[in-house]
Amino acid sequence: MNIFEFTILVAMGSFAAGLLGSLTGLGGGVVLVPLLTLFFKVDIRYAIGASLVSVIATSSGAAAAYVKEGFSNIRIGMFLEIATTVGALVGAFLAAVISTKALAIIFGVMLLYSAYLSRKPRPRDQRNLPPDPLATRLRMNGDFPSEEGGTRHYNVQRVPLGFSLMFGAGALSGLLGIGSGAVKVLAMDQAMMIPFKVSTTTSNFMIGVTAAASAGVYLNRGYVDPGLAMPVMLGVLAGSLIGARILVKAETKVLRLVFSIVIAVLGVQMLYKGLTGGI
Amino acid sequence: MAEASENRAGPDGAGAKGVWTDQKLENIVGNLLRTGVSLSAFVVAFGAIVYLARHGREPVNYRVFRGEPSDFKSVSGIVGNAFGFHGRGIIQFGLLLLIATPVFRVAISIWGFAAERDRMYMIFTGIVLIVLLYSLLGSGSAF
Repeated sequence: MNIFEFTILVAMGSFAAGLLGSLTGLGGGVVLVPLLTLFFKVDIRYAIGASLVSVIATSSGAAAAYVKEGFSNIRIGMFLEIATTVGALVGAFLAAVISTKALAIIFGVMLLYSAYLSRKPRPRDQRNLPPDPLATRLRMNGDFPSEEGGTRHYNVQRVPLGFSLMFGAGALSGLLGIGSGAVKVLAMDQAMMIPFKVSTTTSNFMIGVTAAASAGVYLNRGYVDPGLAMPVMLGVLAGSLIGARILVKAETKVLRLVFSIVIAVLGVQMLYKGLTGGI
Repeated sequence: MAEASENRAGPDGAGAKGVWTDQKLENIVGNLLRTGVSLSAFVVAFGAIVYLARHGREPVNYRVFRGEPSDFKSVSGIVGNAFGFHGRGIIQFGLLLLIATPVFRVAISIWGFAAERDRMYMIFTGIVLIVLLYSLLGSGSAF
């Protein structure tokens, strides 16, 4: 295979990952690294470097659209970014010292867990919670445009728990080169009781900053290869932008199921490769 | 852009001055993100054309990790290299623009919180900015 063929194939694969990721809301980053390592036989550290770059592109592209709708909460995002960026630095440094086999195993476990999370029904948003003193002091409580029209107020809960979970999300992002949006949403939606719509849009907003914190380390260490990152970044970006335009409600359910099966299969393969030393 | 946010926050934003400025800040940030991503995608695509035209028929090898040459690792190396008109150098410069976009976003947010006289969030944002700048400029010397 020459460079031209390789570039076109990687760009097509990345386009599909970006498209499916944005259509299902599960993010394309999780399938990129397995795609590059399992099918294109790329070294996992190059794959993670390229994936991180594409995560910044999609997050920033999507966030640009979301912030204008008034759902994302810039204060919650900024405060929690302290945890995610420090976590991302720790994760990026860890990635250099642990073996590629261990990376593949952790990746496999994370994929299986993501597949499980995507199938689990989400509990309903709890409304009218009492204000929490710490969240109030941090001025995190806010309003957002509700489905019924007008605005709905929410009070943020359990800030320390959310902050700790965000550190974990950042570490995972820096270690595996993913956006770890699922963990971020979990921290906000389940731990801090922030309405789902606010959680997802704020998470999207945070993903780019988190990824940038580890991307700097990867860049300085020589894990970002222009020849590989180019088709990945352009492919994922194009796929996710188109995906955001063709949101067909009825078919996303089936798509989500298919995509979560793909994620689970890739998870098993990564685990297998990591355990047998094929990486 | 400023007019748009004013119109939207207008009807329900009575007495909520903080909401208005947050909204304005978020609009600025949204445009900044869009511009950064578009610009970097454009630079990367341009570099891709140069790179593929010159090296497209060479064999590919990503199986073994070698690390990048020092020109592609540090910010100063990448910027210095970008104007040498080599495909890979131009692509790497575009990727650097992309990585820098969230850093700019955070820097602008400090200014926004300063305009709101929100000292607490200026400090929080400052911490995030220091972590990002360390990652981009200082983490190379750590190893």
